[in-house]
Amino acid sequence: MEILIATGIAALTATGVYLMLLRQTFPIIIGLAFLTYAVNLFLFAMGRLTVDRPPIIATGSPGYADPLPQALVLTAIVISFGMTALIVVLALRGFLETGSDAATAKRGEDGIPGTRDRSQRGGHR
Amino acid sequence: MNHWIIAPIILPALVAAFLVMALSHDLARQRLVSTAATGLLLATAVGLFMLASDGTTRVYLLGNWPAPFGIVMVLDRLSALMLLITAVLALAVVVYACGGWDAKGRHFHALFQFQLMGICGAFLTGDAFNLFVFFEVMLIASYGLMLHGGGPYRLRAGFHYVAINLVGSTLFLFAVGLIYATTGTLNMADIAVKARSVAEGDVALLRTGALLLFLVFALKSALVPLHWWLPTAYAAAPAPVAALFAIMTKVGAYSIIRVHGMVFGAEAGAVANAAAPWVLPAALLTLVMGALGALATRRLLDLVAFSVVWSMGSLLVAVGLFDAGGMAAALYYAVHSTIAAAGLFLVADMVMQHRGHWADRLTTAPPVPHANLLAGLFFLAAIVMAGLPPFSGFIGKLLVLEAVREAPSAVWAWGLILATSLAVIIGFSRAGSTLFWKADVRADEARPHQDARIPVSAVLATTGMIAVAGLLTVGAGPATGVFAATAEQIMDVRGYVSAVLGPDAMIAMGR
Repeated sequence: MEILIATGIAALTATGVYLMLLRQTFPIIIGLAFLTYAVNLFLFAMGRLTVDRPPIIATGSPGYADPLPQALVLTAIVISFGMTALIVVLALRGFLETGSDAATAKRGEDGIPGTRDRSQRGGHR
Repeated sequence: MNHWIIAPIILPALVAAFLVMALSHDLARQRLVSTAATGLLLATAVGLFMLASDGTTRVYLLGNWPAPFGIVMVLDRLSALMLLITAVLALAVVVYACGGWDAKGRHFHALFQFQLMGICGAFLTGDAFNLFVFFEVMLIASYGLMLHGGGPYRLRAGFHYVAINLVGSTLFLFAVGLIYATTGTLNMADIAVKARSVAEGDVALLRTGALLLFLVFALKSALVPLHWWLPTAYAAAPAPVAALFAIMTKVGAYSIIRVHGMVFGAEAGAVANAAAPWVLPAALLTLVMGALGALATRRLLDLVAFSVVWSMGSLLVAVGLFDAGGMAAALYYAVHSTIAAAGLFLVADMVMQHRGHWADRLTTAPPVPHANLLAGLFFLAAIVMAGLPPFSGFIGKLLVLEAVREAPSAVWAWGLILATSLAVIIGFSRAGSTLFWKADVRADEARPHQDARIPVSAVLATTGMIAVAGLLTVGAGPATGVFAATAEQIMDVRGYVSAVLGPDAMIAMGR
């Protein structure tokens, strides 16, 4: 089971890192999602892998699963869920306002941060 | 148990919720409540600073769970000092924002208060995972604040900022996982105890965890080569937000001090000083990159952002020594550079708003209205930042130079600090002379509005920041005394452990 989990985490991380290195917003978001899956599994495994053990006190139990990583994973899932939603909205707004999904920030000729910047309007639309 | 310790977290949280739910359409009252709450936060921070200045480490047990099992908040001199800077900075920022920035989008004040909650929480917590949570609170609010005002450029830069911080958060979780797997605890004091007796086979894992954590903090504090996000993000953020972000880099520096100076410090057994070999060389490179950026840039906001990178370099040179003298110098420099960076961002914004479509580009443009006031403020703020006498930057730099004098890398540190200071001074004087002296009087047709008034609150906030820098200069004697005592306390891991876990834990630490 250890090998299975470890290779799973490795594959997820590798995919995530690869996608993060691409230059469009969408692969970056998917890559981030893969990375967060990997880290969630990783955190979970850090409490040691146990089968069929309760995480809370039960009479006659032969042993326990570590409850703390499970709580950590829950927190991490909630946070990464919110963050993914935010970055999706951000990428979408960026795409709709500039017409391209390149993940680079460049000031155009006008270049004033925050004003409408026509010179970047390349891309496909 | 003193309940005031938790107040800097509770107060902004409640105020933020109140602002969203009750006053979301009433900007005037939002301003009033937000400013009053920030004033209260400042009063609380002053109170806590006085409380902590007796040298005791106070612990607040959340839900009254005993120490290694529940989450603890720890108030010592260091966290009280950081809270105080945060509150001072926050008051200036909120006053400045009331001059008009907060009307450019919705929920500025609510996000601002949430951000304060995250920052204060990060400074107070004594738990590694809780530190992650407060980092996230701080970051989520900062994403909202950075995008305040909108626009395509800001959206792009915001995407960068969010993506890079999400990667940082993922690394943070990996690190926390490794630390928990090897020590079985997340309480910082308990990690410090358990790290001494970690099993032989786990040492490499724990060291990896500690270094991953360092990587995250280095990303936050814009240490080379992880500094590329900072100029884009800070220059794209609205000015008051960029000023508030000046404390966010210090959160990274604080975490390096807390975790790698204390928890994984000299007494951490097999993982002792895990990050120590990396900090000083990286900090020296940061100095160089910051100064080169300041020389190369053609925009005022980028210049200020690169000077922030440069000042983080000086700060972390002092931190990288990992001794009491270095820490004391680092603390003085941290306070100074927070104030200087914030003041400079605010002044830069005032200048920008009066240059019409030239904005912050360093090219000749029609003369700026109110040139005397703006040039004077810019001159003062730039002197503070660049570290020319007589202001706090000069004293801070002297303290850092004095601290590294005995270190093996003293020659490099002295040479690079002095050379890069010169470069930054050149950068600022070039910017100042272009902005205010090389005015092109012929370009009258595009002359900005002469009647554009400078809001009183903006002047108040910027002069306030410069006044604080002045105060730090005049009171440098007593201040360095306080910082030296703080540094002593940081170096005293045993005092921290026995305060959090009780005197019994000292037996586990041995000797």
